[in-house]
Amino acid sequence: MGDQYMLEIRNLHVHFRVYEGVSRVLDGVFLHVGKGERVGLAGETGCGKTVTMKTVMGILKIPPAIIPHGEVFLNGRDVLRMSSKELLQIKGTEISMIFQDPMNALNPVFTIGEQLYDVIRFAQRHPDNGENLSKKEIHDRAIAVLEEVRLPDPERIMNNYSLELSGGMRQRVLIAMALVNEPSFLIADEPGTALDVTIQAQILGLLSELVRTKGISILLITHNLGVIQETMERVYIMYAGQVVEIAPTSVLFENPKHPYSQGLFASVPHLTGGEIAEGIPGTVPDYTAAPSGCRFHPRCDYAMPICSQKKPPLIMLKPAHYVACHLYTEQGVQNE
Amino acid sequence: MKFSYFLIERFLHSILVLLGISILIFIIARMLPGDPARLALGPFAAKEQVEHLRHEMGMDKPFHLQYVAYIRGIFHSDLGLSFQTRRNVSLDIAHYLPATIELVMMAIVWVLVIGVPLGVLAGRYKDSWLDNISRVVAFIGVAVPPFVVGLIGQLIFSYGLGVLPTTGRLSLLTSMPPTRTGLLILDSLIAGNFSALGDALRHILLPSFAVALTGIGQITRLTRGSVSDVLGKDYIEAARAFGIPNRYVTFKYMLKPSFIPPLTILGLTFASELGNAFLVEQVFGWPGMAKYGIRAILRKDFNAIMGVVLIIGLAFVVVNFIVDVLAGYVDPRIRIREEG
Amino acid sequence: MEANQRAFSSVGSETTITRWIALKDRVGRDWYRFRRNPISLAGSSMVLLVILLAILAPYVTPYPQHAGAFTDFSSTFQPPSRSYWFGTDEVGRDLFTRVIFGYRISLMMAAVVLGISVPFGVFLGLVAGYFGGRIETIIMRITDVFLALPALVMALAICAAFTPTIEKAMLAVASIWWTWHCRLVNGITRSIKTEEFVQASQVTGSSHLRILFKDILPNCASAIMVKITLDAGFVILVGAGLSFLGLGVQPPKPGLGTMISYGAQHLPMKWWLTVFPSFAIFFLILGFNLLGDGLRDMLDVEAEGI
Repeated sequence: MGDQYMLEIRNLHVHFRVYEGVSRVLDGVFLHVGKGERVGLAGETGCGKTVTMKTVMGILKIPPAIIPHGEVFLNGRDVLRMSSKELLQIKGTEISMIFQDPMNALNPVFTIGEQLYDVIRFAQRHPDNGENLSKKEIHDRAIAVLEEVRLPDPERIMNNYSLELSGGMRQRVLIAMALVNEPSFLIADEPGTALDVTIQAQILGLLSELVRTKGISILLITHNLGVIQETMERVYIMYAGQVVEIAPTSVLFENPKHPYSQGLFASVPHLTGGEIAEGIPGTVPDYTAAPSGCRFHPRCDYAMPICSQKKPPLIMLKPAHYVACHLYTEQGVQNE
Repeated sequence: MKFSYFLIERFLHSILVLLGISILIFIIARMLPGDPARLALGPFAAKEQVEHLRHEMGMDKPFHLQYVAYIRGIFHSDLGLSFQTRRNVSLDIAHYLPATIELVMMAIVWVLVIGVPLGVLAGRYKDSWLDNISRVVAFIGVAVPPFVVGLIGQLIFSYGLGVLPTTGRLSLLTSMPPTRTGLLILDSLIAGNFSALGDALRHILLPSFAVALTGIGQITRLTRGSVSDVLGKDYIEAARAFGIPNRYVTFKYMLKPSFIPPLTILGLTFASELGNAFLVEQVFGWPGMAKYGIRAILRKDFNAIMGVVLIIGLAFVVVNFIVDVLAGYVDPRIRIREEG
Repeated sequence: MEANQRAFSSVGSETTITRWIALKDRVGRDWYRFRRNPISLAGSSMVLLVILLAILAPYVTPYPQHAGAFTDFSSTFQPPSRSYWFGTDEVGRDLFTRVIFGYRISLMMAAVVLGISVPFGVFLGLVAGYFGGRIETIIMRITDVFLALPALVMALAICAAFTPTIEKAMLAVASIWWTWHCRLVNGITRSIKTEEFVQASQVTGSSHLRILFKDILPNCASAIMVKITLDAGFVILVGAGLSFLGLGVQPPKPGLGTMISYGAQHLPMKWWLTVFPSFAIFFLILGFNLLGDGLRDMLDVEAEGI
């Protein structure tokens, strides 16, 4: 079962030991990305998407983080149970990441070329990854990938420092770094958010094209629904460390079922007339004292008594469309 | 291309500053009340003798001409005559300078050997016991006056434990190695005279540490902050995410950016060490330029004072230039921003 | 922090009340953080203790008359005892008393030096940063020259020009010290002079002076405060150094550096002459450093050169 999917997260709980106690950020996350599939993970800031992503990448700092339950299968292997050596082998080669802020993700005191070189070189070291490339071959590969991301004059860029490049160019460099070792799975963390909207559109276009042509599975994490609509096949909506709705993109955008998803869509202002968009009243909960049961219930217009008592499981409404809400569970419907 | 512009700009800046220093010092020196010639010759000297000395010193010429003459003199290694020693100040300084250089360089060694590693470890293992020790060291280092360090050190190690000497560069009975560089440590190494080497090291240990302690405090704290800062940066995380092994990330990707802030204050640290030398040389009777300078100040020997201050200014400007250039070489942000 | 800083914009006088409220709120929160920070607490208690002792010196010391020229040759070089807590010096004066009075001198020196140099330096820094161009270049070049030499060396050179007294020493240090504040304020001014609230004031016709003092200066306030606190320690250190070398406080005044200098001649037998004044001065300087550090953390100051 585990190796049907590229990525499978099962019942992931992640807690953090903080000054005030224990911050239970992820409270049973289920997520999967099929091979070659393009999946989006959406939610507001603070909902736990970054933590999820870091856990999958294996870059979570284990103290202060604690993982009391859960499994994360990457291509059939449990990432959480891997040794650091094994993790090192897969990073960059099987699974790769595109960072949010290109300025900060590139080391300012080294040239692009030096950094690219290192990324390629260290991937080659591992026995699984075969070839031992010569310096020239590495150089050629670097130039090639820079061309793939449509950067003009790659030779010059290799000798540039990150501050000499524009935001869009830096983001392309980051994408190049992520793709150079031909990963089978990519996580993109809010790509282009730090950029101008038009540049962001270009970047996203580039990204989806590359992903499609290479058949890479991708998990795109964002708070911007519009981005998902353009590029992703299937969407997860996340709130406060819980997955609340899963659906194919078109289905979700037409007919969101979870009150939170509905609220999200209502918050997006419409360009073509209509009223001023409402936000969802309230804020993301404090994870050291999170609401019981469904974590959204304090902010939910449809909250019922059972919502605070029991956490709603993911119910299948239609094939591939799941909701975690008592409005759709048997008990919920009964109690209504 | 860009780097050479940076170099030139820094160089011109240094020259300008040096010029400014020379003018400033000249003005101050000429402000000394009382007649230095009279002071030098004593109250019983005849008026004509005083006048003669004044003329000899060129003190009867107008101000700016004196300045020009002085600057010209510098290029001929002539810093004027010292009232005390009646030698040319440049000779005096050449005689006393090596001792001070040795002292300050040894101090820099302390700073690099203790301050930097301590700071790196403290930043890496933040809030650990090691970190707390480093913070204590940093605070104490900056708060204790160097002469106190010297005196307390003498009290404990020289008088108390008797393991270190109290004054001077060499014990009376040790033969001095032939002078090649003026730096005893190097000279004795060159001559293969290991007993002199050991003796010189014992003598320089405490004074150089006293000079260094302030610098150690500054560098430790700055390095700690810088390392801790860098470790939290995205690019470190990104490097790890791309599969670059941890050790490599630490030694290459973290160290290089971390060392830039400490590098930039190295110039300041050097300056504080030079200042400290003045106090420490007094405590330990270290026959260096600082001690010579103090004597000159107390006796209002203004040529000597000017010479000393000028040399210090020169040293500082040179060191700063080197540090600026190094920093610009290591950190592209500095040299590229300079042009913006 | 940005929001708080903007609260100090001077556009429109009806914002005075809102400014006052914002200020009270900010001070309240800062005070809370200050109280919780052990470093700033330690530092401030140390400094307060010394200040208190210094102010009350004649009342808390057992032999206030020993602070000046006093001799009692029957009690010279007494080691620490019940009647002379820190021992006595070479003419029989109680060292404890002299140390406490020495604190007075140190504090006064810091106050005078900073009181002169800070306003001067801040003003020049504001002018240089705000007007830029030639003015700035000239001012900052002058600053560069002064800063090119270690503070102690400069102070020594200047002191050399006059007969050594404590007043001349203070003036000498003050005449160098303004440069630090000038540079600091210049940096801050440069970075905020392009901010919108400054431009808003310019557009509404505020005079340059008014802009400098009402818009820009408050934003430098935290950095200046932190620097002053850290400076106090450093000025005292330089002052002690000058006294140690014979150029600052002259006997029979009880300068801490001077006392250490005399004490040094009598090591190791009369160790108390060196140890107690040394510790006293270390205590004071450390206190200021801790306080300044705590303030810096609390006020979140990131300006260069602190």
